[in-house]
Amino acid sequence: MKIGLYPGCSLEGSSREYAESLRAIAPHLGLELEEIEGWNCCGASSAHQLDHTLSLALPARILAQAEKQKFPELLVPCAACYNRLASTKKDLANDASTRDKVTDLINMPYTGVTSVQNILEVLNLVLTPDVQKKIPAAFPHKVVCYYGCLLVRPASVVHAEKMEDPMQMDDLMKRIGATPLDWGMKTECCGASLSITRTDIVGKLCGNILEDATMRGAEAIIVACPMCHSNLDMRRKEIERVTGKKFSIPIVYITQAIGMALGLDAKSLGLHRHFVEVSVHGKNKVQQNVSSPSMAAVS
Amino acid sequence: MSVSIDFGGDSLAGWIQHKSGISVQRCYQCGKCSAGCPASSDMDFAPSVLLRLLQLQNAESDQKVLSSYSIWLCLTCHTCSARCPMEVDLPKVMDVLRAESLRHKLVNKRAKDIVAFHKSFIDTIRNFGRLWEVGLVADYKLRTRHFWQDVVVAPVMLKKGKLSLIPLFHKKFVSRIFSGLRNREERA
Amino acid sequence: MSRIGVFICHCGENISATVDCEKVAKTLASMPGVAHSVDYKYMCSDPGQSLIRSAIKEKKLTGVVVAACSPRMHEPTFRKACAEARLNPFLCEMANLREHCSWVHAKGDATTDKAIDLVSMLVEKVKRNKPLFPIKVPVTKTALVIGGGIAGIQAALDIANAGQKVVLVEREPSIGGHMSQLSETFPTLDCSQCILTPRMVEVAQNPNITLYTYAEVESLSGFIGNFTARIRKKAKSVDEKLCTGCGECATACPIKKIPSEFNTGLGMRGAIYVPFPQAVPNKPVIDRSRCTYFKSGKCKFCASKCPAQAIRFDQQDEIIEIPIGSVVVTTGFNIKETSFFPEYGYGKYKDVVTGLQFERLLSASGPTLGEVKRPSDGTVPKKIVFVACTGSRDPAKGIEYCSKICCMYTAKHAMLYKHKVHDGDAYVFYMDIRAAGKGYDEFFRRAIEEDHVNYIRGRISRIYERNGKLIVRGADTLLGAQQVEIEADMVVLATAAVANDGAESLAQKLHVSYDAHHFFAEAHPKLRPVETNTAGIFLAGACQSPKDIPETVSQASAAASKVIGLFSNAELTREPIIAVVNRTAPPLFSTCVGCFMCQSACPYHAIEQEEIKTREGKLIKMVAKVNPGLCQGCGTCVAFCRSKSIDLQGYSNEQVYAEVMELLS
Ligand SMILES: Cc1cc2nc3c(=O)[nH]c(=O)nc-3n(C[C@H](O)[C@H](O)[C@H](O)COP(=O)(O)OP(=O)(O)OC[C@H]3O[C@@H](n4cnc5c(N)ncnc54)[C@H](O)[C@@H]3O)c2cc1C
Ligand code: SF4
Ligand code: SF4
Ligand code: SF4
Ligand code: SF4
Ligand code: SF4
Repeated sequence: MKIGLYPGCSLEGSSREYAESLRAIAPHLGLELEEIEGWNCCGASSAHQLDHTLSLALPARILAQAEKQKFPELLVPCAACYNRLASTKKDLANDASTRDKVTDLINMPYTGVTSVQNILEVLNLVLTPDVQKKIPAAFPHKVVCYYGCLLVRPASVVHAEKMEDPMQMDDLMKRIGATPLDWGMKTECCGASLSITRTDIVGKLCGNILEDATMRGAEAIIVACPMCHSNLDMRRKEIERVTGKKFSIPIVYITQAIGMALGLDAKSLGLHRHFVEVSVHGKNKVQQNVSSPSMAAVS
Repeated sequence: MSVSIDFGGDSLAGWIQHKSGISVQRCYQCGKCSAGCPASSDMDFAPSVLLRLLQLQNAESDQKVLSSYSIWLCLTCHTCSARCPMEVDLPKVMDVLRAESLRHKLVNKRAKDIVAFHKSFIDTIRNFGRLWEVGLVADYKLRTRHFWQDVVVAPVMLKKGKLSLIPLFHKKFVSRIFSGLRNREERA
Repeated sequence: MSRIGVFICHCGENISATVDCEKVAKTLASMPGVAHSVDYKYMCSDPGQSLIRSAIKEKKLTGVVVAACSPRMHEPTFRKACAEARLNPFLCEMANLREHCSWVHAKGDATTDKAIDLVSMLVEKVKRNKPLFPIKVPVTKTALVIGGGIAGIQAALDIANAGQKVVLVEREPSIGGHMSQLSETFPTLDCSQCILTPRMVEVAQNPNITLYTYAEVESLSGFIGNFTARIRKKAKSVDEKLCTGCGECATACPIKKIPSEFNTGLGMRGAIYVPFPQAVPNKPVIDRSRCTYFKSGKCKFCASKCPAQAIRFDQQDEIIEIPIGSVVVTTGFNIKETSFFPEYGYGKYKDVVTGLQFERLLSASGPTLGEVKRPSDGTVPKKIVFVACTGSRDPAKGIEYCSKICCMYTAKHAMLYKHKVHDGDAYVFYMDIRAAGKGYDEFFRRAIEEDHVNYIRGRISRIYERNGKLIVRGADTLLGAQQVEIEADMVVLATAAVANDGAESLAQKLHVSYDAHHFFAEAHPKLRPVETNTAGIFLAGACQSPKDIPETVSQASAAASKVIGLFSNAELTREPIIAVVNRTAPPLFSTCVGCFMCQSACPYHAIEQEEIKTREGKLIKMVAKVNPGLCQGCGTCVAFCRSKSIDLQGYSNEQVYAEVMELLS
């Protein structure tokens, strides 16, 4: 399956292990990623705080660029970027005058043909029973899946099936042999946009998440968002300061978990970049032949 | 203290309706939004209380709302709107309130850092086209003079290869958007 | 030549304040065909009416137009006055000058001109009116009551005790409805079963009542006084005449783990079962979808143990047809299940229960014999949270109305809990307290003041489970919406009361209207609260909107009195405003071409096909014919008929055209 890719800024910077692991597993899942050319930042949570038009123009330019490259589908692995792009697409579809204003600003044609997909939707398609058969029970860990806000809300933008108890990630985890646990923090907010400015609030919110996950006996928290990851992984000192508790549970990108199940080596999945040591491993032997797209290499 | 703020001859509630189509009168003060809001306990007014102030439609409460800390603490997590029985889109209301707070120069003192951060963020995009984290943090520190904040994580991030000291320049991709927006403002 | 009398009413000042009544009367006097035209202060008064009576006699009037208020108000009055003066009442018409003119316009010439137009139109119509005669229909004095909850029980008993026959149809194996599931009832806390069971027994014993349980109405045809009901008696697989209700079969049945509907899934039943010990009739049915024999052809343990040899595996559904004079719909309501609420766990937490489940936990006949215990582990909850308005007043969930009963039963629940668990803590999250019945406010205040139930004003955002506790996140809106988190052992959701399953399809079968939420619609919200808009079909209880027992019972008695009133007549008279397909001399017989477009257009299925035959019995043609008993006079067929063969009596095309032409002239 060939698909357009909008990596977004985090995946080039502080969350590059997400990009690395995605690129590492892609060939094993028959996924051909074609990066969008000359992309810009989507504006993240800042643009709409200050300037509504800017918050639409930045994502619109990305979508227009995807159209220019004739991508029928665009994979947006970062949950924050995904949410911005999907919500811009919706706003532009519903309001012709805004659409005119925005296309005028970006000076590019925009029709809205490209479908914006998040990582869970794409993985759901490519982690097929065939792939599964070759990696039976390869990631035998008790995990909790953390969706955060941006993959499930608002319902009018992201069409999550069970908004208050989403299961897509849990289902993917089952497919690689993990045991996803029921827990209380699946869709609670980690405080993302206050990460730098009110680290204490982030510490409190993330503390609740880590505490619940630990209490349930999870070995790792699986995430699909760079914001969630950096808050839960890098903010441990602050979390400890606010909660007075120490947590050792690692935060693992869903792509990393699948990579481990496929037997890919830690380096190629960027596991060494985590603040908190990743103590869960795949059961398969480390795969040397990383770049081979052939599935035979995996089995 | 009652300063009259102009919303095109309307109350702030009317202005919100005009800007976003949301009627704050829909809210029947059940408090469900405040009950689930992750930032509520740090806010000066809980989200439902903000809506109550807006419902009063007088200059004094409008001013309270625009100079509140709450509007800057909102995380746009959509927990409130997802569960609101009256389908009040609070995050969208917050967007309008922040814009008005800036426009009328009523930003809460405690929120200066948060505003500074968002400005630094947008400046970084303006200058580099993409987010350059080192540049963003440097810009933010210059704005706020919080030089010691985050000194714990930065070196580790560097060591783990999570930060680039040199930015990549993609400014050309967004320059049209920013100049267009500036022209618009000047025209307005 | 027509001699029409015109009477312009001032309606006190209601009309004369803006309409120059005198001028209207004068203008009309000079209209061709008008023999008499006057104005008067109150036409509906006795002197006003005698003006009409004497004018008819003295001026030999052939028609009367009274220009006054709405015909809904006084048409019967004036028609009666005409009849008294021996003028056929259908030669009298009303022009509505009040609602259609004086009330809605300012004083002025234009307003008076409009009044003149309105009256002139009616004059032109009345010139073409023909004498009509009311239709008489006989009444079948048997009432059909659908639904055997407290509403149906009360209505059936009232009608039967007035000496009329009743057929009561209940779809479950027993009558009783929701009231049989309740523990104690607000506002007096008397035991629900204790006050209900005697009435259930009375139903079974009353010689005037025929009870069909495990039965449903298949269809209803006909019209007021003359309905025919087709009722499906589902196969119970038990011969009721032989069965003694000993219960040996249920003991013998190896299938024991079917969640009991009566106990809201908190208790179990067998494949052959009586829903609860006090059931009426106290005889079992086999649930064929769960029975081993019906699934695999083997078992029959029940039959082998039955001392009366009453088990009938080969019993078939039976359809019976009964002539019925009137119908009372009492099919009740239902409540939303916990699975309807995403933010409260989609029903995945066992200790989050509905109010109805909590009734079963409180009830002495319930699965815990009246001890409050957690469904998950059987421990006694020490901290319990009640959540009012769960799903009600919630447009986001599609239910914008208030369920009306939950404020009160929540107060009752909290109170009964405190009576049973003295050291327990009870919290109620609420938005408003709606306690406007007799003794109701006092009742809920007692929960707070005497039983120390903790009322917190605010909706809760979320419930989730942690370490066997339920975390309830709310806010206290009376304290600046400060967040409140309670670690509860159990949560009771007062879930929205909704229309019963199948209400919509039943309404369609009966041809009565229902609202957007599938509650049955009353004919008028204030003045005709127990009637439907189909004559002869009445409503009572929670099938019309959520309501408590006192209100349900009052409505049931009201509906019963309507039925008894109807049955006090030997025959009914109906207005002759019905459609007629014309008949002409042979060889045409009728201009009807037999396309039968009208037949498919008629919403009341009133159009039949008639064969026109020669004397020898040879078919000449098929033409449409209107059944006067069924026709409601809506006129749809008239509009559909391409050969203009149908006319609505009293509103013929000729009459309506004449009105329009007068307006245009
Ligand atoms: C948790 C709870 C607690 C309550 N506590 C109190 C209280 O303390 N005091 C009080 O006054 N009220 C109380 N109520 C309200 C009370 O239950 C209702 O007022 C009452 O049950 C309404 O009676 P009904 O006969 O209209 O409807 P129901 O009780 O719903 O009876 C309807 C009957 O019709 C049958 N039926 C349905 N459809 C068909 C069909 N198509 N054909 C044939 N039969 C059909 C059903 O099987 C049922 O037997 C409570 C309600 C709830 C949910
Ligand atoms: S949840 Fe909605 S209705 Fe309730 S207080 Fe908040 S905004 Fe108002
Ligand atoms: S969107 Fe803002 S107001 Fe709403 S719950 Fe999240 S932080 Fe609170
Ligand atoms: S035949 Fe059916 S009802 Fe009878 S005992 Fe067997 S399972 Fe039970
Ligand atoms: S009766 Fe009370 S609890 Fe029930 S919906 Fe109405 S206000 Fe809410
Ligand atoms: S007037 Fe209406 S009810 Fe009567 S036959 Fe015609 S369509 Fe049917």
